[in-house]
Amino acid sequence: MAAAPAPKTAKPLLLSVNNIEVVYNDVILVLRGLSLEVPEGEIVALLGANGAGKSTTLKAISGLLKTEDGAVTRGDITFAGERINGIDPDQIVRRGIFQVMEGRRIVSDMTCLENLRLGAFTRRDRGVKDDIEMVYNYFPRLKERTGLAGYLSGGEQQMLAIGRALMARPKLILMDEPSMGLSPLLVKEVFSIIRQINRDLGVTILLVEQNARMALQAASSGYIMESGKVVLDGTAEELTSNEDVKEFYLGGGHEERRSFKGLKSFKRRKRWI
Amino acid sequence: MNTSLFLQLLINGLIVGALYGVVGMSFVLIYKASRIVNFAQGEFLLIGAWACWWLLTYYQLPFYVGFPITLAFMMVFGVVLQTVVLRPMIGEPIISVIMVTIGLSIFFQALIKWMFGVFAKPFPPIFESPTMNVFGLEVQTVYVASLLISILIMAGFGWFFKFSRLGLAMRATAFDQQVAQSLGISVKRMFALSWAISAMVSAVAGVVVGVVNGVSSALSVFGIKVFPAVILGGLDSVIGAVVGGLIVGLLENVAHYVDSQWLNWGNMYEIAPFYVLILILMLKPYGLFGTKDIERV
Repeated sequence: MAAAPAPKTAKPLLLSVNNIEVVYNDVILVLRGLSLEVPEGEIVALLGANGAGKSTTLKAISGLLKTEDGAVTRGDITFAGERINGIDPDQIVRRGIFQVMEGRRIVSDMTCLENLRLGAFTRRDRGVKDDIEMVYNYFPRLKERTGLAGYLSGGEQQMLAIGRALMARPKLILMDEPSMGLSPLLVKEVFSIIRQINRDLGVTILLVEQNARMALQAASSGYIMESGKVVLDGTAEELTSNEDVKEFYLGGGHEERRSFKGLKSFKRRKRWI
Repeated sequence: MNTSLFLQLLINGLIVGALYGVVGMSFVLIYKASRIVNFAQGEFLLIGAWACWWLLTYYQLPFYVGFPITLAFMMVFGVVLQTVVLRPMIGEPIISVIMVTIGLSIFFQALIKWMFGVFAKPFPPIFESPTMNVFGLEVQTVYVASLLISILIMAGFGWFFKFSRLGLAMRATAFDQQVAQSLGISVKRMFALSWAISAMVSAVAGVVVGVVNGVSSALSVFGIKVFPAVILGGLDSVIGAVVGGLIVGLLENVAHYVDSQWLNWGNMYEIAPFYVLILILMLKPYGLFGTKDIERV
């Protein structure tokens, strides 16, 4: 059930995760045979409820699992044709995967500029200055902020986090809940920028989101996770029109409001999909 | 009131204080990067000074050759120490790591005594005239040189942390190791680098003090004196280490002056900084420049 069929696109795969199992502290099984595929140049959404294992999936790919005493105990993660599980996170960044962690995680006692320069840590070419200008073009607000990044607003911090990711010139950005804690207007702005950088720079994006509606608008395909497995996958249109997805993730699948009597079957059906 | 003695002591204080500042910075560097309180900092001075002394006397190398070799040696020493002794301790409780540094301190003290004996040995003369005249005051040439070197090192530290790629990476590591790794920074390498720089910079101070007073185990006292300096400045602040070092250096000498003129208690020079340390810890436990949320050990 968990084995994902190939998405209906002709593009070559950049990342494929094949039947991985992730264990924390040697005992807590979090991912139980998860598979997904990310074609080059696409935005792929990874959706699911809290605790489904979305962030863990991203950390398994970026290698940051190691810093939290977790490990991929089974399965393969293949990026650009090479198996990357077990590699240290700093080496994975060098291969072109950059994770924008949940909660932005910018270095708050540094300025915007220093944060951006940190993003380019793995690079040694001369293009860093031009890329800082490029990031400022995407986020003109950041240029005006000369103080410490810790004093930026939530939206600005998210922009800085995305800008910092761009500085590394990654092939694949793993984005963990970019809409977290932002106002609806800012969420729209952040998503339009995500689409823009995907279009302009050809960066592939694997997007983890709670805001399923926005994510499926931006993505070309998506996966839905539940308790450590993919339970549903398809193109963004398929998922958006799927009755179950509408009901559980987008809201308002049915015309009339349901009573609490239906709750039990509701839960059971959710488990089943 | 003996003005010229007072001035002399002030200048001494400034110069010794700058050296404390330098050692303090190298102490803070390790603390910032890895939260390790390094009790073996004084031994870095000791090892550096003895290494330089050995190159200069046994191999008769000129200073300008022996000194860079010493620095290179200390850099390698720092990396090896970190990889062999401290890397396996990553993830262990911080108190165990601190115990390891105390152990290292005792080990190197004993090793050095075994290798070089317990008596102070003078450096071969490095400058043509041992003292020079600064504004009518007799000051040891090596002290003037040391002040210049200290200022250079401080400026270097400032540049390193503000502008260099590795310096930024080190600050990021100090801020949050997971974030640093997500940016492609190898935390292990940053730790090794911090120990390397710390050992090297401390060795500079060790050589300077060795040239003035002769090389002996007494050098490692610097490692103890550095505590009031960095705690005064705030454990995790590089600027704080410099300011704290200068204050402690001046304070020692002023205390010495007060003592020699009026009190005649005899040992104010040694203990005044520690009285101040106690006061600071009572009044301003985070130091002058320290960040508030730091962990105390």
